[in-house]
Amino acid sequence: MTHTKNSVTYSLGLLAGVTMAFSASAEELTIATVNNADMITMQELAPKWEEATGNTINWVVLEENVLRQRTTTDIATGGGSFDIMFIGAYETPIWGAKGWLTALDDFADDADYDFEDIFGLVRNGLSANGSVYAVPLYSETSFTYYRTDIFEKAGIEVPTEQITYEQFAEMAAAAHDPDNGIYGTCQRGKAGWGENMAFVGPLANAFGARWFDMDWNPQLDSEEWNAAVTYYVDLVNKYGPPGASANGHNENRALFKDGKCATWVDATSAAGDVRNPETSKVADVTDFFKAPKQVTDKGTGWFWSWALAIPASSKKTDVAKDFLKWATSKEYFEMVGETKGWVAVPSGTRQSVHEDPRYLEAAPFAETIKNAILSVDPSDPTLEPVPYTGVQFVAIEEFQGIGNYVGQQIAAALAGQATVEEALANSQRFAVREMTKAGYIK
Amino acid sequence: MARAVSKNRKTLNTVIAGTLGFLMFFPIVWIVVVSLKTEEDAIRAPLEILFSSGWTLESFGAVQARSDYFKHFSNSVIISLGSTFLGLLIAIPAAWAMAFVPAKRTKDVLMWMLSTKMLPPVGVLIPIYLIFRDTGLLDSRLGLTFVLMMINLPIIIWMLYTYFREIPGEILEAARMDGASLRDEVIYVLTPMAIPGMASTILLNIILSWNEAFWTLNLTAAKAAPLTAFIASFSSPEGLFYAKLSAASVMAIAPILIMGWFSQKQLVRGLTFGAVK
Amino acid sequence: MATKASRSAARLMISPAVILLLCWMIVPLAMTIYFSFLRYNLLQPGNSPFVGWENYYWFFTDPSFSAAMINTLVLVGGVLAITTIGGILFALLLDQPMWGQGVIRIMVIAPFFVMPTVSGLVWKNMFMNPVNGIFGHLTQALGFAPIDFFGQIPMASIIFIVSWQWLPFATLILLTAFQSLDQEQLEAAEMDGASWVSRFWFIMLPHLARAITVVILIQTIFLLSIFAEILVTTNGGPGVATTNLTYLIYVSSLLQYDVGIGSAGGVVAIILANIVAFFLMRMIGKNLDA
Repeated sequence: MTHTKNSVTYSLGLLAGVTMAFSASAEELTIATVNNADMITMQELAPKWEEATGNTINWVVLEENVLRQRTTTDIATGGGSFDIMFIGAYETPIWGAKGWLTALDDFADDADYDFEDIFGLVRNGLSANGSVYAVPLYSETSFTYYRTDIFEKAGIEVPTEQITYEQFAEMAAAAHDPDNGIYGTCQRGKAGWGENMAFVGPLANAFGARWFDMDWNPQLDSEEWNAAVTYYVDLVNKYGPPGASANGHNENRALFKDGKCATWVDATSAAGDVRNPETSKVADVTDFFKAPKQVTDKGTGWFWSWALAIPASSKKTDVAKDFLKWATSKEYFEMVGETKGWVAVPSGTRQSVHEDPRYLEAAPFAETIKNAILSVDPSDPTLEPVPYTGVQFVAIEEFQGIGNYVGQQIAAALAGQATVEEALANSQRFAVREMTKAGYIK
Repeated sequence: MARAVSKNRKTLNTVIAGTLGFLMFFPIVWIVVVSLKTEEDAIRAPLEILFSSGWTLESFGAVQARSDYFKHFSNSVIISLGSTFLGLLIAIPAAWAMAFVPAKRTKDVLMWMLSTKMLPPVGVLIPIYLIFRDTGLLDSRLGLTFVLMMINLPIIIWMLYTYFREIPGEILEAARMDGASLRDEVIYVLTPMAIPGMASTILLNIILSWNEAFWTLNLTAAKAAPLTAFIASFSSPEGLFYAKLSAASVMAIAPILIMGWFSQKQLVRGLTFGAVK
Repeated sequence: MATKASRSAARLMISPAVILLLCWMIVPLAMTIYFSFLRYNLLQPGNSPFVGWENYYWFFTDPSFSAAMINTLVLVGGVLAITTIGGILFALLLDQPMWGQGVIRIMVIAPFFVMPTVSGLVWKNMFMNPVNGIFGHLTQALGFAPIDFFGQIPMASIIFIVSWQWLPFATLILLTAFQSLDQEQLEAAEMDGASWVSRFWFIMLPHLARAITVVILIQTIFLLSIFAEILVTTNGGPGVATTNLTYLIYVSSLLQYDVGIGSAGGVVAIILANIVAFFLMRMIGKNLDA
């Protein structure tokens, strides 16, 4: 134990020494970040980097939707307000290809950093035109969280194979016990392409739906979409907590950790937090199985990665790169393990972390998560052929607008402000309009 | 005579008004209460929160650790005071001239100024953003001070105008008759009479700038971010967050609330925009 | 009274304010109008061809547009109605003799000092959250199902929050007006046997006219561009149930990054605001001149 700590301190000191040589004068970095648990941890640990290097960090912590708006505005106008941004697997390739981000290819030359240690799938997801534009803090797919105690009490059999959404609804029904403050299932309802659509997208894939056909014609008024969204509205309204249309990932995570949900299909990256007795009431009684399928098992688990990138407009690229290396280094993950407990280490990033016995012992689910992430294929996400890549998103820049709009419409259907048919008809009209404007549809 | 009412009636009035007043005030009381609880206690039923849980300051510590309160606080102070005084500097001569040397167009000019206040800020955000980027004013206190000064300028001018107009012209003339120079006139006659109105104007504008949440959020990142941005970072939960949200809220509104209470007499007068004597 | 010299001095004194406001209005406005004729997407910089009226066409045919217009009217109208009527009642009450009036007035005025983001967040999370909020606990204790405020009655919830913030303002102005009411006139009317209603209608209300005008004018200015409360509570949803014009423009230009359409919306909003301003100004002009 003490030995590890020493070695951590030692490597940090080494890292710091290298940094000192790099930057003679202290710099001030501005980092835009989302208020997820892993980023908050980084914020808590960052003073160590600040002390070691003499640089200081201004954190701009924002809610996910707002973060996207602020970072996109800033980078698209070259505002230069931020030196480092947390962005995801959707933005990185698009922005990288536009030259808005600083390429990080020289990270590969740093033997200590061991770039190859980062999962290839993740690296590819954060690359464009053969260059890497962001380094991951964690990556994730989606799977089902469930409460072992509730399942046992309600006599629900824990599935060993991938179940269908139909079977999933039956489970939620059996576990639903609102009088005792237990809801059958918690799912995202808050509008946003990265919020409710992250759940609805893979659900639609499972029902055999797709965003566009091979000629980029939107397919939102198809029977498959209707079936998927009808199922979703029905499921959440019947077995979800009240106010579900306002709940995003963080709200559901809080509900689940508070013991209010029997099931929850969401990001694997929350597993460490939910299984951490320090932060969760249900750490001992939570387990996982695959996200359900329906008519197909293609694209039923999403792929996402939260990563750090440097806007091309930053004037402090060298210091920013140094922080990036520190914040995604092996030593960083080790430090999280030592200070926050190994169960809280961000998952799905480094091979070495997933092989570390301390991590595997504290997080026995890690292997499942790794295999789930590595099995996602964003280039073949749907039953019928599509011209795009991406599971829960479509990797074109118009998608943000369309996804947000469709998300709003589906949230309206969920809240009973519109019927599923109306919501999808509006969505279809909007998508056709946007794709026409963008020149995809002639 | 007719105002002399029975004691019972007075008690009844007090009870009704007190209850309604307390209901209006309750949300603020509540965030103070919750800010002094642990996160686990903060989501319990209201009565349990009040009576069966301990008190702690840990949420304030947690908030400060996450986000530097004093930096945001000083930005708020600088920006709201700066914009108010800059605004006064420009508004006083204008309001003065309009009140004491009215021309045919004065009314129209005044109304036009007020109408600029109705432009939806979001409609011009991108142009302003681009201008700020090119002039290096993004995320700067100077830029924000200027913007807030501009959006409040019409209100400042209008308020001052209504106060200046209340100063009777005869007094000025009497002073002039007595041989007072313009300088004496300004220092000894006008200023004392204008001070209450100016105080109200200053107060209201500090409040409006302190609470402005569109420009302050969209034009700042870190360096110039005031308390509106501070609170925005606690807007969505990472786990339980009611106590932290409450603590951050208390920290954000307390300074202005206290200032408002201490100066409420002047403020009330200011709020009426001279329309009510 | 005013000499020629003092006229020109006056003009000199007004000019900084006028020039600044003119620039503040015209420069961004000109840019907004210019952008509104371009196909200008933030995500595709460097490629902004002139497209004529296309953006206006897209903005007006946006399925959200008519909803946003109606929502704006409902929001402004709803808050104005609640705060004006509520303010009159509150002021009437506070004008009665009672103990501790100062303390009560301090409590009533307090919400006005709370920043919109804070009030939105506090109401949303600590009161209206159906699971952990106070209202949720209350309804459950009474044996009802909790109300999902922002799902079932989103617009009413927003109106409620905004009214909470602005009711103190209306109350204070109207209270000050009440306090300057000529008591003798009221007493004389009472002696003549006028009922309370007719006293209220024929003496008090006319006396309040100027104060009510100010309340409506000032509030309309601020209510037309309500943004923060919507952003932190509903994000304009569910669907477009709480999207007002301001929020719709925000969505177009900053969530869909379509500055062209957003600018077209901005121009439309500016024109509408000016129409509203025109009528309000006429109303004010009549009432304030006295």
